[in-house]
Amino acid sequence: MPNAPQSSIFPRMMSPPVPSAAHTSITLLVNGAPRTIPAGSTLGDLLRSLALDARLVVVEHNRVILRERAGYDTHVLAEGDTLEIVHFVGGG
Amino acid sequence: MTTLASPSTTHTQPREQPLVIAGREFRSRLLAGTGKYVSNEVMVQAIAASGAEIVTVAVRRVNLDRTAEDGILFHLDPSRYFLLANTAGCTTAEDAIRYARLARAAGFNEWVKLEVIGDGDTLLPDTAGLIEATRTLAADGFQVLAYTNDDLITALRLEEAGAAAVMPLASPIGSGLGLLNPFSIRTIKRRLSVPVIVDAGVGTASDACLTMEQGVDGILMNTALAAASDPVRMAWAMRHAVDAGRLAYLAGRMPRREIAVPSSPTTGLLG
Repeated sequence: MPNAPQSSIFPRMMSPPVPSAAHTSITLLVNGAPRTIPAGSTLGDLLRSLALDARLVVVEHNRVILRERAGYDTHVLAEGDTLEIVHFVGGG
Repeated sequence: MTTLASPSTTHTQPREQPLVIAGREFRSRLLAGTGKYVSNEVMVQAIAASGAEIVTVAVRRVNLDRTAEDGILFHLDPSRYFLLANTAGCTTAEDAIRYARLARAAGFNEWVKLEVIGDGDTLLPDTAGLIEATRTLAADGFQVLAYTNDDLITALRLEEAGAAAVMPLASPIGSGLGLLNPFSIRTIKRRLSVPVIVDAGVGTASDACLTMEQGVDGILMNTALAAASDPVRMAWAMRHAVDAGRLAYLAGRMPRREIAVPSSPTTGLLG
């Protein structure tokens, strides 16, 4: 995302969404539901916005399992991406 | 006189061989599931009481609209227990492989309790899919513990496919019907080289004891603890039952006879 601002993600996250501006936001399918986030967001940004601890979840991006958590903050998301965010729950 | 691996004494319980799966040793032969408890607090206490070292967990989507943290790792210390992820809910080999790989990416281990369910009513396995997934995952570096039915041929095929342990059921998952086919379980144990862990169906302590008396290497249970009126107390009962059944198996039971044999001397009776 060469046009994405280089400053911290948080100011953009806090600003009100601009629904019609396709170039400033993208829509993903996250755990089966559409979710709109600022264009240029990384996977790390998304997890923080969802208040998820990256150490406790596993992410599959467009059917590819991401095994290296260290790469989350450089893993840029794109319009139409499909994400599955899973964790361990009780089971037998 | 037979020679025991470790001599029994009257003062201490004999120290038996550990359970070894894929080269890893465990002291407890009771494996515990973490599902269906009334609360996480009861789950944690029951599992501690059971003495289990291996605990199973399921892989599910994070609820993004959650009001509270529902991930099991908020409650269960992964440094204290060996986490064994399952593929519960999967009905195809492809799905099960995907879930297993997601679980591996969590970074705890490369083990999986493989389930490929063929029928929603009985939760019996799709044995063709199970064998296929076992072969793929074993080739991919997984230690596969395969949940299966009590069929010897399927168990043999799973071993051939590279399973690290085979886990035949005592009776259907969550049924609590106990050990329906002791002969099948004994036969599977006798014919396999990999550990045989009975998975599913025990309902109470006597079921667990009887199952261990067949000579199997361990039991995985969940509902028997979670659905007991007092799960923590049942966990203690199961812990003793698994232990007792193992000891009884190792001790070797007396022969069955169809006639009575007096235990007291038949001589020296009063005239």
